[in-house]
Amino acid sequence: MKNYTSLQSIQADLHAGYITCRQLVEFYLQNIAEKNTQLNAFLKVFDQEALAKADEIDQKIKTGNAGKLAGMVIGIKDLLCYKDHTSTAGSKILDGFESQFNATAVQRVIDADAIIIGSQNCDEFGMGSTNENSAYGACLNAVGTNRVAGGSSGGSAVAVQADMCLASLGTDTGGSVRMPAGFCGLVGLKPTYTRVSRWGLIAYASSFDCIGPITKSVEDAAILLEIIAGKDEQDSTVSRLEVPQYSAFDTTHKTLKIGYLKEAVESAGLQPEVREATWAKLEALKAAGHVVEAVEFPLIKYFLPTYYILTTAEASSNLSRFDGVKYGHRSNQATDLMSMYKKSRAEGFGKEVKRRIMLGTFVLSASYYDAYYTKAQKVRRLIKDYTDQLLSEYDFLVCPTTPTTAYKIGEKTSDPIQMYLGDLFTVQANVVGLPAISIPNGVDNDGMPIGFQIMGGAFQEKALLSFAKSLY
Amino acid sequence: MKIDKEALQKIAHLARLEMPASTEDEMMGSLNSVLTWMEELNEVDTADIKPLTHMSLEVNALREDKVIPNISREQGLKNAPKQDGEYFRVPKVIE
Repeated sequence: MKNYTSLQSIQADLHAGYITCRQLVEFYLQNIAEKNTQLNAFLKVFDQEALAKADEIDQKIKTGNAGKLAGMVIGIKDLLCYKDHTSTAGSKILDGFESQFNATAVQRVIDADAIIIGSQNCDEFGMGSTNENSAYGACLNAVGTNRVAGGSSGGSAVAVQADMCLASLGTDTGGSVRMPAGFCGLVGLKPTYTRVSRWGLIAYASSFDCIGPITKSVEDAAILLEIIAGKDEQDSTVSRLEVPQYSAFDTTHKTLKIGYLKEAVESAGLQPEVREATWAKLEALKAAGHVVEAVEFPLIKYFLPTYYILTTAEASSNLSRFDGVKYGHRSNQATDLMSMYKKSRAEGFGKEVKRRIMLGTFVLSASYYDAYYTKAQKVRRLIKDYTDQLLSEYDFLVCPTTPTTAYKIGEKTSDPIQMYLGDLFTVQANVVGLPAISIPNGVDNDGMPIGFQIMGGAFQEKALLSFAKSLY
Repeated sequence: MKIDKEALQKIAHLARLEMPASTEDEMMGSLNSVLTWMEELNEVDTADIKPLTHMSLEVNALREDKVIPNISREQGLKNAPKQDGEYFRVPKVIE
């Protein structure tokens, strides 16, 4: 079996009769059997179901009524609900939880005949940038197994990187799709906020959370987005805007105006190879006839404090649902209702999740609400207004996806702020609700992948994907 | 220092988290360092700026208010750590 990098080439071979869906699933299952014990990308593998589904799709291909994603073997981040399957969110508090319904995005890929092969490791409730914060163990980078996968959708990225599936659905609250995609040499797309229904996405920070694909090609990201995006009766916040055919790329050559974030690209904290790769990409854009200019964003140092005040506040509220009553872990040490809540939560949540719940509870407490929470909402507006203004002058804003390539295991776990700083370039898109994509941009001296991030205007995914396609 | 042990226990109570004495110092230290870092926002002039409270570009997705079947009782109780077939069970609250 050759290593496919796009659904289109798989479908061509399926229709020509060179391969079957069953063979594809067997190929991925074989890779999972060989690599997953070490890499820890999948938490659950649905081998028998995937094989049965493969036979069903093979039959459909024969009769000519297969769906758009026929031949796509996909994994889903364990933060997405999949009916009658476990969804743990990488947390002990949801150990054994089986969803009663499908997330809308999951339902839509099933309806389009994708084959779901398993659920993937992630940082607990999406809170982490390395996938080391999972109650089920760290997920390792397949290029260098002493390196982290990136997070929080680390399992989703490594599963694609190591050919354990063709594509994954991850979630991105502050970079959790783009960052692991960057660390693993893949394409990761975070759509515009509200482009994809959040129904069935276990909430971390509701005004930031987005479901997005991790793939080997820009084409597959586009196809997946056009399947999962769009209005949904289950999510009243989702955009009702028409979903364009993202995979019909706009290939007319246009001279684009591209701004690069000066503070990011010229930052002293940038790993030298990341800086060089980014400059080389910018030079290539100029050579292709585009206008490339430095833009200043003096508010850049406030992205992360703003993000962490607002997301911890939202998390403390969202995670109050884990009370040991309706689902999830209940302590057997409880003596009364209050101790049941406190002990169940203390036993079920990991350290970073507790820290964020505590921070969020603090910034929302009566005496500090205005000083932290309201202040951060005001700065969020300033960041959004300035970003929107830049995107009225420029077609795209670009920068490296991360300041460095994948960290060594354990390198960032002792100091939370060091861990948070890794999200510096990705959080902006979530703070302002705009779409952004990470595409591969070479490797460093150790062979670790470097990511290049492109951010576009609200609901301009088609232009964003077309531009990304022209580069990768 | 924003948070001392008393404040830490008060927040932990509000958050319904048991915070044993052995974990107090580490949690307190990390909360204080993160909060100090967050306070960098005070350098930003936000006079006359309205807080951004909604990220959706569209407003009021209205639908008909009709009763539709949701999940069954059996399904609803399926993941409960303790239930009796009709209700979620919790430790006795009223004597």
